[in-house]
Amino acid sequence: MRALGTWEAMLAALILLLYAGFGFGIDGFLSPYALADSTVNVSERLIIAMAMAMLICAGEIDLSIAATMALSSLAMGLAMQAGAPLPVMLLAGVATGAICGLLNGWLVTQRGLPSIVVTIGTLSLYRGLALVLLGDQAITGYPEALSLLGNGTLGELIGVPGLVVPIEFGIALLFAVSVAVWMHCTVHGRRIYAVGSNPVAARFSGIAADRYRLGLFVFAGIAAALAGALLTGRIGSTRPNLAAGWELDAITIALLGGVAIQGGRGSMVGVLLAAMLLGAFTFALGMLNVPGIVISTILGGLLIVAMVLPKVLPGRRPRAG
Amino acid sequence: MTTSGFKLSREASLLVVIAAIVLLVGWRAPVFLTLRSALDVANESALLAILVAGQMVVLLTRGVDLSVASNLALTGMVCALVGRSFPSLPIAVLLLLALGVGAALGAVNGLLIALCRLPAIVVTLGTMAVYRGVAFLASNGAWVSEQDIHAGIKALPRTELLGVPLLIVIAGCVVGLVAAWLRWGQAGREVRALGNNPGAAVYVGIPERTRLLQVYALSGALAGLAGVLWVGRYAIAFSDLAAGYELTVIAACVIGGVSIAGGVGSIAGAMGGVLFLGVVNAALPVIQVSPFWQQAIAGAVILLSVALNAGSRARASLPILEKS
Amino acid sequence: MSRSSPSSIEPVLELRGIAKRFGPTHALRGVDLDLVPGEALALIGENGAGKSTLVKTLTGVHAPDAGEIRLDGRALRFARAQDAQAVGIVAVHQETVVFDELSAAENIFIGRPPKKGPLRIVDWRRMEGEAQGWLEMVGAQFSARTPVRELGIAQRHQIEIARALSVNARVVILDEPTAALSKHEIEGVYRIVERLKAQGVAVLFISHKFDELFAVCDRYVVLRDGASVGSGEMRSADEQELVRLMVGRAVDNIYPPRQRTPGEVALRVTDLSHPTEFSGLSFEVRRGEVLGFYGLVGAGRTEAMLALMGLKPDATAKVELAGCPVDLRDPAQAIAAGLAYVPEDRRGQGALLDMSVGANLTLPALAGPRHAWHGKLSRGPWLSARRERGFAKGLIDRLRIKAASPVVAVGSLSGGNQQKVVIAKWLGLNPRVVILDEPTKGIDVGAKQAVYELIEEMVGQGLAVILVSSELPEAMNLGDRVIVMRRGRMVAEFAHGAPAEAIVAAASGITEANAA
Repeated sequence: MRALGTWEAMLAALILLLYAGFGFGIDGFLSPYALADSTVNVSERLIIAMAMAMLICAGEIDLSIAATMALSSLAMGLAMQAGAPLPVMLLAGVATGAICGLLNGWLVTQRGLPSIVVTIGTLSLYRGLALVLLGDQAITGYPEALSLLGNGTLGELIGVPGLVVPIEFGIALLFAVSVAVWMHCTVHGRRIYAVGSNPVAARFSGIAADRYRLGLFVFAGIAAALAGALLTGRIGSTRPNLAAGWELDAITIALLGGVAIQGGRGSMVGVLLAAMLLGAFTFALGMLNVPGIVISTILGGLLIVAMVLPKVLPGRRPRAG
Repeated sequence: MTTSGFKLSREASLLVVIAAIVLLVGWRAPVFLTLRSALDVANESALLAILVAGQMVVLLTRGVDLSVASNLALTGMVCALVGRSFPSLPIAVLLLLALGVGAALGAVNGLLIALCRLPAIVVTLGTMAVYRGVAFLASNGAWVSEQDIHAGIKALPRTELLGVPLLIVIAGCVVGLVAAWLRWGQAGREVRALGNNPGAAVYVGIPERTRLLQVYALSGALAGLAGVLWVGRYAIAFSDLAAGYELTVIAACVIGGVSIAGGVGSIAGAMGGVLFLGVVNAALPVIQVSPFWQQAIAGAVILLSVALNAGSRARASLPILEKS
Repeated sequence: MSRSSPSSIEPVLELRGIAKRFGPTHALRGVDLDLVPGEALALIGENGAGKSTLVKTLTGVHAPDAGEIRLDGRALRFARAQDAQAVGIVAVHQETVVFDELSAAENIFIGRPPKKGPLRIVDWRRMEGEAQGWLEMVGAQFSARTPVRELGIAQRHQIEIARALSVNARVVILDEPTAALSKHEIEGVYRIVERLKAQGVAVLFISHKFDELFAVCDRYVVLRDGASVGSGEMRSADEQELVRLMVGRAVDNIYPPRQRTPGEVALRVTDLSHPTEFSGLSFEVRRGEVLGFYGLVGAGRTEAMLALMGLKPDATAKVELAGCPVDLRDPAQAIAAGLAYVPEDRRGQGALLDMSVGANLTLPALAGPRHAWHGKLSRGPWLSARRERGFAKGLIDRLRIKAASPVVAVGSLSGGNQQKVVIAKWLGLNPRVVILDEPTKGIDVGAKQAVYELIEEMVGQGLAVILVSSELPEAMNLGDRVIVMRRGRMVAEFAHGAPAEAIVAAASGITEANAA
């Protein structure tokens, strides 16, 4: 599958344009600290967007991914309250995420149910469970180490004062690059694209489609747990509405990154670029005191325009995805 | 009429489950079995019923409308603002305004889906965000508080027609009209056919684009109507109205046996789903279960419904082997 | 083009010089024909000659690039499919176009239900009553209220014919109406055609089966490579002459010279059975041999092949490949053991239309973890773009696949080239047994010949080929042996050279006593 094409080039160009434009317009936008800050809207969303993109390429979708973030954050909090050290807390979160993904995957592959409906159900179920266990309370008092993970810079971690790259951005970038390599350079990635492009033909060719789909749902759950841990570290608390609505952000990022909603096509590099573009855009608008809801509106409009443009522009040759 | 004994039992079994819940809860708390209680449930469910009527028609065409809650918020806000500026406007005008604005917003979806051939889930995801934002901008982020809400709008939930609350009457009319349209209007068959076999629609001469446009406009109009009623019911208008409610609407449809793949489902079933959610939500405080359980229960029920739906409709391959 | 003696009645529909192309493919190159009320016209031609494109042009689905359609002498242009129906031209297709969530009555009247009252609401009583009437006329024995999802292929076909009749058409096109029917049901179709003719309807009857054409048709038109090449009266027509017109050369020439030297047994299947689809199938195929599987649509051949490939978990069988017993639980195992399956529906099941030619060609090689080729295109899990390109290029050259480059999407190729891609990707794996399911369906004659040459090449290299085909000449000419299946069972096996009538009789269910 092509990782770098015209769409990705356009996204990269837009990112540069954005930074240049806002750099001139807003004082201090291009300072190292601001640049580092501008990634705050990128890191956690990038992680779930990559997992979502893989699922969409395989012909599925996971609307429960943000709810899984909340539930695994809750598991971390409960583990903390039970006296567990940080590694065990993280393990509890990851395990919860994996189980959430397993339920989705099982219902889709073993019971043959459409993933959109299943994940609408599990979305309600997981958020509901978080509500039941937490009510309108919040869990706070997380250890320093977790806060460092969410807020600290690489410089603080390894003792190099000038390195202001946030730790969570580094983690997210590593994650994204790994997913991109997996999807574009390995046999497994090729098979995933085949499953999304034509599941019947893929099966006829000997690909164990169900196994891959199950694996991708579990992976999405683990990714959600990772993103949830980072987010919890950054904001320092767990509430039932953690990351509310983020599943739509993840889908928007994937679609703007060039992933086809019907599956079988899409560049992971495009998704990475789209996440960075949207994150920077959100950050810049925030600096201009544009309210969050208006930013969402603009993103919604962008999504539609991004979908309509290819249909309206003439003369696209049938180059394969 | 597409009834087979099999399909009737799907809706019937839902009714049985609802009856069982009512009886069980009523046994623990007899207050649950009163007429008052039933009217409360109906009142609570009226707005959901109106939204579900529109959504199930969209689902029949193999589409989905995720923007209904945002449409509701925007149209409600528009009506609230207009009502605030023109307090002497008759309520009927405001109701018509709601239907018109809602239909226009729905038609935008319809145009993008039918004419530009974009997937419904993506389009309505986008309009979902856009409509809410427009609601925010229209009101400059401010709320329209109770004293500023048009008197006619506020009076709606308190009005009664022959002893029945107006909301229930309106919901009943809407559901009845949609049911009639599906059964006796030509569009009703065609909408089902579109969801069942979209490719074949061309061959048999179904006007696909017109039908899709109509269907999304209908869903939008009903969302608009629900919007002005919502504003009246809660006597407030703000941009975050009914946030997330679109999932409840879809949940009710799924529970009621409407298939996400199109072509399958009935108004009766969808209303069963509405009733189910209404009864469960009403039962929770009565049996002293915290309302925090609502969402988790809804989720579990969706999963069960979908699993049951799929199980009973499992397509056996056409039997080839002749019994010798 | 010879014109038969002119009928005394004016034609209702005249076609002159109809042409249509899709990208590089010229589907129709100049078709002339007349449809006369009260007459049945046979439209004869091979697969790929342009018959279904012509039907779609007549029903308004496609607009012709050139030429004229005249109805009652007035030229006609259809803007949409409904326009053809509005002037009384209706077609009954090969693949049934029904909505299985609706009832038979709703299907028959879809798009134009009878209405009543000032509000124009649907008149259910009249709809179901009239539908029942039409259904009885076509010999159907089920209620008009039955949901179609409960009905079988033959019954769905009856609904389609009923729909065509209910439109009160002036022109009815029947496209392979008897493909899935038993002898008794076929006679029902004859009666319908006679009744239509008696009512003054012009019938266009498309079929491969000459006996049917001779039974009901009055005149014929032969299509070859998109052009009408001959017409005349059926009663003075000679079957050999018709075939010559169809093919344009002596029958033998479309098939390459046979050089078969069958070797040892490559595949032995014993008692392949499934609870509802087939039972008791036992056969063997040798290296360098083509085994034909003939039968009517719905006989269970495809299902049996899917089971061999491990795609039917409920099937049971004892299978030996090159003497070693093999357990076929899943497709990856079947492929690793040396089986390859080229599905019937190349667009839906065979090709990944959005992916490139190269990616399609290398897919099976990258699919199974145990396959011998897995290591050749990749190192461990890592794809090697260079090796992939080489592999794909090799196959493109070997099969002379016409594509602008290996990175174009398969969806943009012509039907014949798509089919080559679908077959080629399996050849790259050097399988032992290749199962071809209707490999020449819907491709033009030139590409067909290429596929036949490919098959000869494959057997020449020692592959064993199973050819599932509904085209009798194909099965007869290519097959060293032909197995006939009917309703899920093997009913006969014929050697090369057996008479066509015997094979057809076995497939349609005439008792063994009458078969050769």
